[in-house]
Amino acid sequence: MKKTHIIGILVIAVAIVIMMSSVGDASTYVSFGEAIERAEDGDMTKVHVVGRLKKDPQGHIVGMNYDPLVDPNYFTFMLVDTNRVEQKVVYFNPKPQDFERSEQVVITGNMQNSVFVADKILLKCPSKYVEKEIQQNTASL
Amino acid sequence: MINTLIGDIGHASVIVAFVAAIVSSYAYFMASRATVDISGDDSWRKLARGAFYVHGAAVMMIVFALFNIIHEHRYEYYYAWSHSSNHLPVHYMISSFWEGQEGSFLLWIFWHVLLGVVLINRSGKNKVWEAPVMGIFSFVQLFLTSMILGVVIGDLKIGSSPFILMRDFMPDTPVFAMDPDFVPADGTGLNPLLQNYWMVIHPPTLFLGFAATLVPFAFAMAGLWKGKFHEWIKPALPWSHFAAVTLGIGIMMGAYWAYETLNFGGYWNWDPVENAVYIPWLVLVGAIHTMIAYNRGKSGLKASYILVIASFILILYATFLTRSGILGNASVHSFTDLGLSGQLFTYLAAFAVMAVALLVYRWKSIPTTDKELTTYSGEFWVFIGAIVLCLAAFQVLFTTSIPVYNSFLGFIGIESNAALPADQIAHYTKFQLWGGVAIAILSGVGQLLWWRKGEKGSFVDAITLPGMLTLLFASLIIVLSKLGMLHETMDNPVFIILLVAALFAVFANLSIILSLLHKKISLSGGAVAHIGIALMLLGILFSSGYDNIISQNTSGMVYSREFPEEINRDNVLLWRNTPVEMQKYSVSYHGQFQEVVGVPGYVNTELLFPTADPYKAIARGQIVQEDKVYFETGDTLDLYSPENTYYKVQYKEREGDGNFTLYPRAQVNPNMGLLASPDIKHFADKDLYTHVSSVPDPNEEKDWGELQEYDLAIGDTIILNDYVAVFNGIEQIKQVPGVALEAGDVAVQADLKIFGERKNYHAHPVLMIKNQMMGRVPEEVADLGLRLTFLNIDTENNRFKIGVNASQKDYIILKAIEKPFVNILWIGTIVMSIGFVMAIVRRKDGGAKARPAAPKEKRKVQAA
Repeated sequence: MKKTHIIGILVIAVAIVIMMSSVGDASTYVSFGEAIERAEDGDMTKVHVVGRLKKDPQGHIVGMNYDPLVDPNYFTFMLVDTNRVEQKVVYFNPKPQDFERSEQVVITGNMQNSVFVADKILLKCPSKYVEKEIQQNTASL
Repeated sequence: MINTLIGDIGHASVIVAFVAAIVSSYAYFMASRATVDISGDDSWRKLARGAFYVHGAAVMMIVFALFNIIHEHRYEYYYAWSHSSNHLPVHYMISSFWEGQEGSFLLWIFWHVLLGVVLINRSGKNKVWEAPVMGIFSFVQLFLTSMILGVVIGDLKIGSSPFILMRDFMPDTPVFAMDPDFVPADGTGLNPLLQNYWMVIHPPTLFLGFAATLVPFAFAMAGLWKGKFHEWIKPALPWSHFAAVTLGIGIMMGAYWAYETLNFGGYWNWDPVENAVYIPWLVLVGAIHTMIAYNRGKSGLKASYILVIASFILILYATFLTRSGILGNASVHSFTDLGLSGQLFTYLAAFAVMAVALLVYRWKSIPTTDKELTTYSGEFWVFIGAIVLCLAAFQVLFTTSIPVYNSFLGFIGIESNAALPADQIAHYTKFQLWGGVAIAILSGVGQLLWWRKGEKGSFVDAITLPGMLTLLFASLIIVLSKLGMLHETMDNPVFIILLVAALFAVFANLSIILSLLHKKISLSGGAVAHIGIALMLLGILFSSGYDNIISQNTSGMVYSREFPEEINRDNVLLWRNTPVEMQKYSVSYHGQFQEVVGVPGYVNTELLFPTADPYKAIARGQIVQEDKVYFETGDTLDLYSPENTYYKVQYKEREGDGNFTLYPRAQVNPNMGLLASPDIKHFADKDLYTHVSSVPDPNEEKDWGELQEYDLAIGDTIILNDYVAVFNGIEQIKQVPGVALEAGDVAVQADLKIFGERKNYHAHPVLMIKNQMMGRVPEEVADLGLRLTFLNIDTENNRFKIGVNASQKDYIILKAIEKPFVNILWIGTIVMSIGFVMAIVRRKDGGAKARPAAPKEKRKVQAA
């Protein structure tokens, strides 16, 4: 067998290992229901959940708690997933500053003791890259 | 008035550029035919050249028109309105230019034009390449200009024009129904995170790198097309070096920008947008290696074709990923989807299919060698290096493309919910770290064998000294880490392996430079670049593998019962003026500051009286900086950017008397909320990286307690919020900041001295009678959380009424990280670039006589 063949086989082997291992590391988008099921089965892998913040009719966010004076590394909020299931989420970091403005929230983490412990929060702010309104108070010429 | 002329000029130029690119690519194609070569007829080539120059001129015109729109604040145009504002300084207007997708396409087109002109003029002695190479160039330009064409045919939208008017972009907005000539008075401004000098130079560098990858690709295609299967390597090689070094520098500039501006605590986050350019860079570097190996050993031609083509296709793939909106939830900072995904995919698919088809068609004709490479030849190890680079690129590509698999499966009707790994840093590090180890070892071994001409005996001689030095220094570093050089002992075996491998690469390449010193130093570009890569690996190893969060919160474990397992609490609350001990520092926060035009450093916001114009303030006291008075009380001051607040944080060493001040920044932006950027103290052996993670919401009114009234005579002492205060009396004043006093108006201020913990404060609340109305200007002592109001005067009894509100003191929440030896990473980047430039200089004339230079292997990895 030629050396190039051996190398070729090795390269393919490594590529397969990379793919298998990456597939194993890949997370999934799930609902809270599934996240709870996983936790009950003892599966502690981290998942992604897409949701919206719970708001009252006036548009205020409900169930959000961050009191830096008590603990700056403790932030909780209620997230409603795409199946309209509500779940308390804990984030052991300061509250992201533009949290209130976000429309959609993606969290990464897992269920622990009946709360979802998030270690990453990704905010999708509609205003971030496209501004849709002209400020009407700007003077017209 | 709406200026439609400049937009029309711009749009017409886009169309001219597009048409000229069609003409140029067709004419170059005709000029490339074999019959033309033989007949010597150069009329097609002349036409094509002319068309390319017309295209270039039109592109310059587009650039001029777009910049004019931004520079002259023509907010009737959507691009100016959405990417700039009145207060933006000129250098940030340049960043506005490429903040949007259209502008960044334009930047890319612009670089292609410049590179094309250089190629046309350099091809003088080598005329055979011009027609086919420039044919590919013009064909690419055709696709790129179509992206900014902004033409709608039926339902088909081709490109997105940067010259669209507000009223056409948002026809439903009521204001345009009332007045079609409405022009907004101000734009919505440039994303504050991009208001950074790196954002002025990082995108052009990166796009120059993007553009330069086209050159080797065009040469490879031309070689296949014209049957010059190996002649293309020589002219393409210096261009490949150029592309790799610009792309590499561009990537590292982006990393440095992220380090300085964003607050994720590092320079590399494995975000898909970062990965998208890292992948083609790795493959391009792999391509350089196989091309160099081919130059010497005449094997590896097919591999060179594959890698050069792959690197260009991957650049297109990167463009597709970041601009089509396909990343969706997976990335924080891709561009807005302009609805160009179909067009972007066509661009990607057209070149991928064209290149692969041509390669397959010609595959059998590409000469190969039957010579088997021996294990003791340099070329063999260069190939292994290229393979490792490609495997590393493949790994990043495979994971980064997860959102693409979802979309693709969704497209063919299969629901897929795969997401990127939850811990991306751990995921990528697991592979890339070993890639880094392999690259470091191979660059040492490969280089030594390359220059020793593959003799077993001399190789053993050559490797002995670097090997010994490596082991010596590695042990020394481990011992030093035990003695406190790092905050923990280096005992992680994986990190030790990377340390040894990188040190070996440094010493092996140093020994090559030394041996080349008395031969021909200009050959040592490869060795220099490899040392740069090894240094980068070392910098990454120390700064990411051994970073040290010094703001660990050891108190306030209020919620710990809920979660017994250990949770990192990386943020600390700092009350104003109250020091907190963090490892070897005592850290304290001392108020909010602003930047004022004409004053060095920062000015306390307590000295700035706000006016109706947020960019102007009135000095409440003398503005003094280091014993020099810059402004007097009552002067009007210009603020650079009222959005930016700087939080003064003092660090004092607990043992020893070293102390320094940092001003981490937070920006209040109406569109994006509050954005924090770090301030970094650079030491020779580490950086201290500090940012605020949260501050009391500046838009929320402070919660002042109930007003307490005090009836005072001169000299009375009172207790306010636990502080002792003395009422010293009143005086009449002539000026009240922010108020125009007229004849008959009277203003008096009270003088209270308050004894704080650290210093004493003078509060001067003002009472005035203006137009027979009573007016009050309260004074706030933010340090103490007090607000004093001069309520009334009883002139008969000489009694004065002072009202006092108390509130919570000001605070910030802070995170501080030590990053050991991060400087080595930046130094390594510079060394690597120098190595590349040396190689380009040596090869710029095709390197006809000299021996092929050393191989280059380079990698970077985030060890975390």
